[in-house]
Amino acid sequence: MAPERTAAGGPSTPADHNRPPEPAITPAIVAEHGLTTDEYDRLVRGLGREPNLTELGIVSVMWSEHCSYKSSKVWLKTLPTEGPQVIQGPGENAGVVDIGDGQAAIFKIESHNHPSYIEPYQGAATGVGGILRDVFTMGARPIANLNALRFGDPKHPKTRHLVAGVVAGIGGYGNCVGIPTVGGEVNFHPAYNGNCLVNAMTIGLAPTDRIFYARAAGVGNPVVYVGARTGRDGIHGATMASAEFSEDSEAKRPTVQVGDPFKEKLLIEACLELMAEDAIIAIQDMGAAGLTSSSVEMASKGGIGIEMDLTAVPLREAGMVPYEIMLSESQERMLMVLRPEAEAKARRIFEKWELDFAVVGRLTDTGKLVLKWTDGQVAAALPIPLLVDEAPMYERPWEPTPARPPLDAAALAHPANLGATLLKLLGTPDLCSRRWVWEQYDHLVMGETVIRPGGDAALVRIPGQKKGIAATTDCTPRYCFADPVAGGMQAVAESWRNLTATGATPLAVTNNMNFGNPQKPRIMGQFAGCIQGMSAACRALDYPVVSGNVSLYNETEGSAILPSPVIGGVGLIDDVARAVTVAFKAPGESILLLGSTHGHLGQSIYLRDILGREDGPPPPVDLAAERRTGDFVRRQILGGNVLACHDLSDGGLGIALAEMALAGDLGATVALPEGGPVPASALFGEDQGRYLIATRAPETVLAAAREAGVPAAMLGMTGGDALTVTGVFSISVQDLRRAHEAWLPAYMDGKATE
Amino acid sequence: MRSAVIVFPGTNRETDMVRALAAASGRQPSLVWHGESSLPPVDLVVLPGGFSYGDYLRCGAMAATSPIMRAVVAAAQKGTAVLGVCNGFQILCESGLLPGVLMRNASLKFVCRDVHMRVERASTIFTSACREGDVLRVPVAHAEGNYFADAETLDRLEGEGQVAFRYCTPDGEVTPAASPNGAARNIAGIYDAKRRVLGLMPHPEDATDPLHGGTDGVGLFKSLAAAFPAVLEVA
Repeated sequence: MAPERTAAGGPSTPADHNRPPEPAITPAIVAEHGLTTDEYDRLVRGLGREPNLTELGIVSVMWSEHCSYKSSKVWLKTLPTEGPQVIQGPGENAGVVDIGDGQAAIFKIESHNHPSYIEPYQGAATGVGGILRDVFTMGARPIANLNALRFGDPKHPKTRHLVAGVVAGIGGYGNCVGIPTVGGEVNFHPAYNGNCLVNAMTIGLAPTDRIFYARAAGVGNPVVYVGARTGRDGIHGATMASAEFSEDSEAKRPTVQVGDPFKEKLLIEACLELMAEDAIIAIQDMGAAGLTSSSVEMASKGGIGIEMDLTAVPLREAGMVPYEIMLSESQERMLMVLRPEAEAKARRIFEKWELDFAVVGRLTDTGKLVLKWTDGQVAAALPIPLLVDEAPMYERPWEPTPARPPLDAAALAHPANLGATLLKLLGTPDLCSRRWVWEQYDHLVMGETVIRPGGDAALVRIPGQKKGIAATTDCTPRYCFADPVAGGMQAVAESWRNLTATGATPLAVTNNMNFGNPQKPRIMGQFAGCIQGMSAACRALDYPVVSGNVSLYNETEGSAILPSPVIGGVGLIDDVARAVTVAFKAPGESILLLGSTHGHLGQSIYLRDILGREDGPPPPVDLAAERRTGDFVRRQILGGNVLACHDLSDGGLGIALAEMALAGDLGATVALPEGGPVPASALFGEDQGRYLIATRAPETVLAAAREAGVPAAMLGMTGGDALTVTGVFSISVQDLRRAHEAWLPAYMDGKATE
Repeated sequence: MRSAVIVFPGTNRETDMVRALAAASGRQPSLVWHGESSLPPVDLVVLPGGFSYGDYLRCGAMAATSPIMRAVVAAAQKGTAVLGVCNGFQILCESGLLPGVLMRNASLKFVCRDVHMRVERASTIFTSACREGDVLRVPVAHAEGNYFADAETLDRLEGEGQVAFRYCTPDGEVTPAASPNGAARNIAGIYDAKRRVLGLMPHPEDATDPLHGGTDGVGLFKSLAAAFPAVLEVA
């Protein structure tokens, strides 16, 4: 299968460097590029000839799962993406929602799972860098970062190393660029032993009349490369992210990119300075698949062609060939189409910030990507539609996940001492304090952080205004594994609930779909189920999806992660002074439980970590009740009746009470409602759609709840220095704190393994 | 009070600082780019927090050699007040305006949290609104805040009243555990010999609004505003 030497034939060896000529395309080379035989045939058919190696490389990344969404697109299309608040839904660099006063919140979440497993510091750092670029590319100044991290069993030999590296990497990047990292989640489960998850989210702020898109326009307009130089790092990151891991994945370390947050900071400032001028027609960051995807996506969105002279690309090392230049994933680079008259002004701005600036091409009317190399040779000539619209698309076979039989709650042998159980739960890897993590993140820079990490959702104020943006990341993978539809629904509902618990009105979500190998019908069934559940919840809660990312093939040696559709939720509150936190504020506040308690223990942390069983169905989500209760809670908060609010999630009522006491450094005495489930189920059941509030107006709230049809029960009062559940246990706040704070620092110091 | 906030490539807490200065003085500070070689006429120069030059080489080392720092050093020698916070403190040490050095935190990790610091001297232009022994709750956010100098220098700083703030417990007790970074003698901030230059690691500018969770940082900015009242600006 020797490639034909057409006009688009690969570069013969130029005299000025001594690389061998490009090899012939063999089935082995095609397979190395992650294309199936069918996909290669499709390429040859579409092209009307054999590609050369550079072209094969370009096609392989554009057709990779990571860039083409070929397994997921048919399902993603079923998610609700519209609403009066939505300015831009999925398909651009990030989603855009209206937050009033001519301002927009621009946000997205993105995974960097595979690189982080191989090289945790750089993998996580460049994950943050990449998502920041997705957001400021659109003209937004980033105002908050969040993340969602999932690691393997704490006893697994790699886990500690991964936690340390990932957390340091996220901090190292975000702290330096000066964007506060205000929230996130961290979980542990053996299913992530071979594939950790690192999902990073950025929220930015832009005027609604100055949002920048990736749609190239204007034949002849200059295509400009700015930022860092191109090196050999990260070549084939997108295809690496589209395959299962094996034991030799360590050997892929060179495909992990290396980040420079200082350069990113300069790039943010330079881009925002240029964006204030009328200079940019289209702009796209160079993320996965670097120069390839950025140039192709801009041209595709504009329905136009693009010609680039690769000898003009600023290079970090000598002797790079077109294949490497096009597939490099060097960080901190952007591509843009400028108005021709703005070129000089743009160059001045980037030179001020000491960043490279190079005109590397022009827009054309050919509809093709044409790459010129030394002596005017054509290194590649590919029709843009072939790379994007005609990329393979699969309706992969899928199997629904079988329903779990209900748990026989009566047969469970609960421990006698539920106080000791609460202390044990508070110190488990999944429920203990994450302080060790978020103290390594600068969560205060910019000076607008109103609710710091550790609560239900973070809250940052919009500079110069009263209003603020609440944000959270959520997913309960063990629920998704047991019942993908219920789990997908729950992930959306929990994020909505977390925003609501601060007083914010949820606006929209971004999603990060982390799953195993989609070619396995069982895995595809998890994906399909989660999407169905998410869709239903997003519709019921008027909480559309505006951006997202899919990470498949999270498998090692055939063993998949738990299905993990992480939801990044964003909400708005008109006056941050009205927001509430989880902390009890003063003695004598009444504690009310809102929502229905049935004592559902299936898939609960209590069942897993205390009784040693991972079974039963996850708690069902009643979307109508969810909405009714949440809207009620928000009205009560904004009406000034609520002093503290916390949603009930992992660990149920017992953990929520403890967390409120810990945050406020104040005890409480409560009684479990009569006629409810047995104490263990009442305390640790994970029934959905519930909130705890502290109030000084209990009668008002209870009356309003009755009127709204929201179940509400008075549990007790704040006060004292112990958390007392009458007739069950009494534990000092100090002991709660010791249990809650001890595990993670001790584990990271090598002093604890479980 | 007329003030200038210096912006280096990588500075990232200038907006926090500008807001705190403007709120206390009623006057917008000027932002001065690192490439400038002269300062506007000001009473106070501020080196804010961040990662100037990416913290490459050593925190503050490259910023200390930038063109504007020659002007800052000259102004300081003539008695202009200079405040350096976090990375600004590191730059002041690197440029020789303050003695000692900020080493990597003893934990070897970045740390962002509220700390308590005790006002060791209340009679300066930076602390006149405070009382000696006041305990201020302010956040830190740094990886290199571990103040170090040789014993002789530390003795001299203490002897001559150049220790500005020390990390302490909420009750004002100076204990090793109260320090977030292992700093020598719990030093959080120091003055130069004339007490016109102050460097400190904590961020008073991020404790100036009830929504920050505290306003203990306000006193420092109020003190400065009082030291440079508007009437003197005409002179």
